[in-house]
Amino acid sequence: MNEKLLMARCAMALFLSLIPGAALAEDPASLVRQSQAAFHYAGIDLKARVKMTLLTKEGQQRLRDLMMLRKNEAGGNQRYFLYFHGPADVRGTVLMVYKYPNQEDDRWLFIPALNLVQRVAARDSRSSFVGSDFSYEDVSGRDVEADTHKVLRAEALESRQTVVIESVPTREADYAKKLSWIEQVTFLPLKEEYYDVQGALYKVFTADEIRDVQGLPTVTKRTMTNVKTGHKTEVVFENVAYNVGLGEDIFTERALRKPPEKWLR
Amino acid sequence: MSMRGVFLGVALLSAGVGIVPLRVQAEELLIHGFLQANYDMRVTGQHPPGPEGGDFLFGEERFQLRLDKSGEKGRLFIRTDFFHDAVANRPDLELREAYVDTSMGGSDVRVGRQLLIWGVGDYLFINDIFAKDWGAYFSGRPVEYLRVPQDALKLDLGTNKVSAEIVAMPFFQADKLPSRNRFLQFDPFPGVPRSTQEPALEFQNTELAARLYGTTWGFDTALYLYRGFFRMPALEANQMTAPTLITETFPRLVVYGASTRGNALGGVVSAEVGYYDSLQGQAGHNPAIPNSSFRYFVGYQQQPWEDFTVGLQYYGELMSHYDAYRATLPSGFPAQDRHRQLMTLRLTQLFWNQTLRLGIFAYYSPTDQDYYLIPEIRYSISDNLWMSVTGNIFGGRRTTTFFGQFDADDNLAITMRYEF
Repeated sequence: MNEKLLMARCAMALFLSLIPGAALAEDPASLVRQSQAAFHYAGIDLKARVKMTLLTKEGQQRLRDLMMLRKNEAGGNQRYFLYFHGPADVRGTVLMVYKYPNQEDDRWLFIPALNLVQRVAARDSRSSFVGSDFSYEDVSGRDVEADTHKVLRAEALESRQTVVIESVPTREADYAKKLSWIEQVTFLPLKEEYYDVQGALYKVFTADEIRDVQGLPTVTKRTMTNVKTGHKTEVVFENVAYNVGLGEDIFTERALRKPPEKWLR
Repeated sequence: MSMRGVFLGVALLSAGVGIVPLRVQAEELLIHGFLQANYDMRVTGQHPPGPEGGDFLFGEERFQLRLDKSGEKGRLFIRTDFFHDAVANRPDLELREAYVDTSMGGSDVRVGRQLLIWGVGDYLFINDIFAKDWGAYFSGRPVEYLRVPQDALKLDLGTNKVSAEIVAMPFFQADKLPSRNRFLQFDPFPGVPRSTQEPALEFQNTELAARLYGTTWGFDTALYLYRGFFRMPALEANQMTAPTLITETFPRLVVYGASTRGNALGGVVSAEVGYYDSLQGQAGHNPAIPNSSFRYFVGYQQQPWEDFTVGLQYYGELMSHYDAYRATLPSGFPAQDRHRQLMTLRLTQLFWNQTLRLGIFAYYSPTDQDYYLIPEIRYSISDNLWMSVTGNIFGGRRTTTFFGQFDADDNLAITMRYEF
């Protein structure tokens, strides 16, 4: 099913690339939607070991090492179970997120030293994800309807054909304008630039490595750089596997208190 | 002695830096833990009498070892603390957790010493009837030490929609109150010797607690039932006029409760209620047995801007048979209000990619007219090493209320921990 979808996408992209300017004519919102589908919704579910390195301008490093379990639900809803293997002071902590595209997320935090499940105020999905340069929104995607999108141009980015899309928020956002370079074949964002209200560039996303996993193109290395502070976060996805059969029982309070061993390593 | 303690702490910490996590792959045995130095100083200059009543409320160097072994059939977990109490100057050992997990069909069983937490309060407890160490809380120790582990058998069962936890605790564990050797506090019977009479080790005294919970429409909702004993001692005098012996007893208690929490009003809203049914003091005529009461709180938590969280709670305790309580309360004893109320405020701001945390947690009771403030600074020096400075500031109009009695115990705690 997914492979068929990918084939269709590739065929479509190939077709579009043969006709210069065809992608430009496409509805920009639907292009963004396709991009989100490829970037945040690939597969039915996903299991990946995620290693985030937070780097200060001075070169100080901090590591966030977690197992990401993700499952797609109906209506663009998603569930995330994020189990932290490191650093040592948060080992065993679990963050569970029920993501809804146009409503506040439900977020739970399990603190193992206290055997305590907390509910986390989630109004701000633009706030930093575990202190990194990625926001929650950057990790799980922003509602397509929360911005107006415009196709600016087609552009080659290191020999990959992309369509450059400008997104201007209509709902609360931490940027005043965002430019995305969406690859025409995979629909993955290769680069994103975030501009503040003064029109100054402050955050840059780059997809540094794309691999084929079970026929699904997957960003396995990515970086978010805060241009203003010089702080950046590099993320590596290891052992990515799609459609592993994550059950509903993983995304429950009971599993928070007793994380499912078989999915954590 | 204090300087020696500091030196020992630093020496232990530097030794700890060399420790690396061990992982024996084939056996899947995980070994982790921490090394911690934790000192707490009273800043008021006042002291309780006795050798432990100095400026240091608390001082220790602690080494925690966690062993975690998982197999196909189950899991074994042990958390042991080895520590040196620098105030009493003695080494000691504490088994914080030691349990076995196993699954049978759709249910999980956990047997052994464990930490149990229920309810949705932020340091307010209604249906969280498990044992607590108030001395640890009031002297700025890391929050996990508020929890006193209990020996229990816990059963988890249910479906993805509705789950239940059933806990049986055969060995009674009282709350640990701030020690009279270290804390200046109110004593209604000054100078009178005390003895403690805990519930006998009998099958019929096994405490039972049950929780039925699930998430519906985004709200985590739970029902609770507890049958056991008050964990805070009730004081029974051998004679009221001139007592020569006070016995601390733990009367029978049943609690029925419910809680819910979920996203609303741009934040997280929570509410919890409970009826404390004092089985031995139903008419309220015995001053040595607490009256029954209805307890509730509502809470709201919001993130007004990035990395800043505000939390508010309002708590109330309505005493049953209040007139009987007042009529039998010995003269000269401070009376509790019919409707005791308490508010809390939490403010937390994170800085520097969430490595620096500034926060304050405050209790204020408009009925007792007392307060307890806990300001805190915590900094993660690296991924393994953090330090924190915590204040504990008490006060109130009278020195007989729950927080007001510790007015002379304002203290400042410093903690440093290396995790491996």
